[in-house]
Amino acid sequence: QVSAALKEGHVSPTELCQRCLSLIKSTKLLNAYITVAEETALKQAEESEKRYRRGQPLGVLDGIPIAVKDNFNTAGIETTCASNMLKGYVSPYNATVVQKLLDQGAVLLGKTNLDEFAMGSGSTDGVFGPVRNPWSYSRQYKEKSASKAHSEDKESNWVITGGSSGGSAAAVSSFTCFAALGSDTGGSTRNPAAHCGVVGLKPTYGLISRHGLIPLVNSMDVPGILTRCVDDAAVVLGSLAGHDPKDSTTIQDNFKPFELPSLTDVSKLSIGIPKEYHAPGLSSEILALWSKAADLFKNAGAKVIEVSLPHTRYSIVCYHVLCTAEVASNMARFDGLEYGHRSDMNKSTESMYAATRREGFNDVVRGRILSGNYFLLKQNYENYFIKAQKVRRLIANDFVKVFGSGVDVLLTPTTLTDAVPYMEFIKEDNRTRSAQDDILTQAANMAGLPAISVPTALSERGLPVGFQFIGRSFQEKQLLTVAKWFEKQVKFPMIQLEEVKRHDHNAFQHQKSASFS
Amino acid sequence: WVPVVGLEIHAQISSNSKLFSGSQVQFAAPPNSLVSFFDASLPGTLPVLNRRCVEAAVMTALALNCSINKKSLFDRKHYFYADLPAGYQITQQRVPIAVNGSLSYSLCIDNKMSQMVTKTVRIKQIQLEQDSGKSLHDDTRSQTLVDLNRAGVGLMEVVMEPDMCCGEEAAAAVRELQLILQTLGSSQAVMAEGQLRVDANVSVHHPGEPYGARTEVKNINSIRFLARAVDYEIQRQIEELENGGTILNETRAFDSKLGCTVPMRDKEGKQDYRFMPEPNLPPLILYDAKSLPANMNHQQVVNIDWIHGRLPDLPSVKRTKLVEQYGILPEHSFTLLNEDGLTEFFENVVKQTQMKPKKVIGWILKDLLSYLKQHSLTVKERRGLLITTVVKQNPVSSLILADLLNLLEKKEISSTAAKQVLAELWKGEGKTPLEIVKEKKLELIQDQKELEQICQTVIDGQENEVMAIKAGNQKVLNKLIGLVQRETQGRSNPVMVKQLLEKKLSE
Repeated sequence: QVSAALKEGHVSPTELCQRCLSLIKSTKLLNAYITVAEETALKQAEESEKRYRRGQPLGVLDGIPIAVKDNFNTAGIETTCASNMLKGYVSPYNATVVQKLLDQGAVLLGKTNLDEFAMGSGSTDGVFGPVRNPWSYSRQYKEKSASKAHSEDKESNWVITGGSSGGSAAAVSSFTCFAALGSDTGGSTRNPAAHCGVVGLKPTYGLISRHGLIPLVNSMDVPGILTRCVDDAAVVLGSLAGHDPKDSTTIQDNFKPFELPSLTDVSKLSIGIPKEYHAPGLSSEILALWSKAADLFKNAGAKVIEVSLPHTRYSIVCYHVLCTAEVASNMARFDGLEYGHRSDMNKSTESMYAATRREGFNDVVRGRILSGNYFLLKQNYENYFIKAQKVRRLIANDFVKVFGSGVDVLLTPTTLTDAVPYMEFIKEDNRTRSAQDDILTQAANMAGLPAISVPTALSERGLPVGFQFIGRSFQEKQLLTVAKWFEKQVKFPMIQLEEVKRHDHNAFQHQKSASFS
Repeated sequence: WVPVVGLEIHAQISSNSKLFSGSQVQFAAPPNSLVSFFDASLPGTLPVLNRRCVEAAVMTALALNCSINKKSLFDRKHYFYADLPAGYQITQQRVPIAVNGSLSYSLCIDNKMSQMVTKTVRIKQIQLEQDSGKSLHDDTRSQTLVDLNRAGVGLMEVVMEPDMCCGEEAAAAVRELQLILQTLGSSQAVMAEGQLRVDANVSVHHPGEPYGARTEVKNINSIRFLARAVDYEIQRQIEELENGGTILNETRAFDSKLGCTVPMRDKEGKQDYRFMPEPNLPPLILYDAKSLPANMNHQQVVNIDWIHGRLPDLPSVKRTKLVEQYGILPEHSFTLLNEDGLTEFFENVVKQTQMKPKKVIGWILKDLLSYLKQHSLTVKERRGLLITTVVKQNPVSSLILADLLNLLEKKEISSTAAKQVLAELWKGEGKTPLEIVKEKKLELIQDQKELEQICQTVIDGQENEVMAIKAGNQKVLNKLIGLVQRETQGRSNPVMVKQLLEKKLSE
């Protein structure tokens, strides 16, 4: 819609850009952005404006303000991964996905906050502080929490965004941008999307280039897309997908961007409900919503069946071994020699390495490096790494069997509960939290499958709950078509933020107002 | 004692760009001027395999009779060092590109190059891997300077099984490998430029007993040093064991000045490299004519059979052809191939002279080669090239030598005279052989009558000898021939002189 508005001249790219920039300033409390690239964004907006005046916009994304998670390389703009190791690091090149967006005329507003090096499920463990979920300040949440004890400081009641792409999710959710890039290794795009009430798409591994995405787990990472509606996600996907010679893990086949059909008849669809996803810790509220979601499909004539993915319960442990092993390897390059933080310790090269890495990495990162190195030791390799690879194959095969039996798409919750307050979240350590929170999203990364979280309803506390669809490899069109139908049915309510009300945002609202449940 | 020698050889692949990135491969460029983002390990960069490097490895594998693994894998080998920016090297540990080959090489039994024996060493495997950068330690300023130009250059690691028994064998095997690589063009294999690096694994044991502990010898900078290092290490181990000591499983560096090996301080304890599959590179798939899918783009794949069909003649084949074509001895063919450009030179001379190749070869291998060695020159012909560097050039071109040999063949000069002319040519004063001959009056006397006269004079002056000859002592004839030679200042053809003398004496 906003693209149409730009085209027709109802609003100009520079106006749009400025509004977003000022909204970023007024929502600073959320701490969604690490770096705001005001000057370059305005320049890009000006260029876009010139193109629109000439009647030659580059495409749907021309002039659209976007944000990018701070683990993507952006030339000339600081890329920190929310770590001391890369504070002040200005990359000389753009990640392929960033370049593609820029080539389409998108306006890059800034880099969003995350857990350090994307390790975490809360966006709370970065050196620039935690990200606050915009819904903490929504009327919906405040109303529901008004009944709580007043002696509690309102401030400390705020809830987390989920992670690790929390900054991107918050940015999209609070209207400071129209789309944002995240990354997804164990659920890092879908998890915050669910908690912040936005759409979070994890594409099939190999569909979108990882060149320029600072890796966490090379064999599972994908760039993730966060938007306010499924159609937008399809548009962004269309501009990003496709083979990149700079990334040897992208598939060679030609990718054709698609427009999503508006599905009316779902009678030919087969929806699978994996019983293992009824995991311990799943709130009764979400369980009930899951049932309602399944009924939506049933009542519309789709076939809804229970399926089994028997190796689901091993995925956490398997992920832990493979993830930490790759982390240990990927972080080996941070030695302070070529770029990034370098310690003042100069007694010897080794001591400089040790001090640099101790100073540059937080406990979470260091913990994973140590674990990973342990698993890669010669005496452990067979028992841990190789075993985990085998289990990974079993998990992936579970999906192959289920999809092979005629199921088109799986429907599961995205998270176990709605967003928890920050003060509660930090009571457990990062590893425990990650292990708990990733359980519903991780298997899709293990199997390389596409998955999307769609905002579904508000919880009793007034916070968003999202549901996840997992699709067949490279069948994003089918996946998104189903997601779009679902989105239309549930009519998730728009967030009602004080700050946002002050700005006239009628021109760019994508959500319908009625709510579901 | 039975010495056992194996070799690990790293050959830098001759390619325009590096193994996984597009930066250039060049020797002696300004420091850190050939470093791409990937080489510097900037976060977010990914490796992209260089096709040319794969082809070079396949060529080499074929030339060494290896089985080529149609599916090979890449791995990460982790260790921290200043010249390894990523903290790991990408190599092929689990499944290398080729295995189980062999290399045949020849040795002279004695030192006279007259009897050669052929030996074979098994090639365990060939793998593709990245080269590291270079670090220079400046102890006075307590700093290390790192140059990443070499980081990421493609290497072929060739592992030779411990089938060799001494320095000479190791040197010969490496020399042959070097020739093969240079012929294929897969590596320039110049040791002085670091394009060929050799580490030797040496151990000794008594026949019938299990193999002894082995040491790894590094820092060997030439083929000659290789032979010396290996022989020294064998001796050292034997002495140590005979004195009741033990051999440590260690790494030693060869000190070329002292001619011995010393322990290297770097390696304390065993390193665990924490090998892990390289997740950013899919398995390397190679095809042959049978397995190539019909619709596959020829540009996109490496076809083993296609490469096989385009292999040039390997050194062993070249030698056989030389022997067949020119009738020279096998030992000759070895020397020809061993010296850079000598074969071409020889063939050029043969083309331009009437002298038979069997005779030409003697001039090339004895006279010319010894001069070249004395003055440390190479014989590479440079036609029409502007020489900008002050490099001493071989003044005896193939044309000039051919001219000289023609004079000899036409019997215008004697072979002694020819050697004199050659010595003069070496001064490089630009004179032609004919000019020198005229200048020094080295022409053979062609005038029959003049020769007859001189012969007669000599006969007349040597009554006793004449009588001895007439009495049947033919050996004395040589003395007369010698006297004629002296009279003519070496300008007489000994064959003709002999004929004339004999004729006269029988009158």
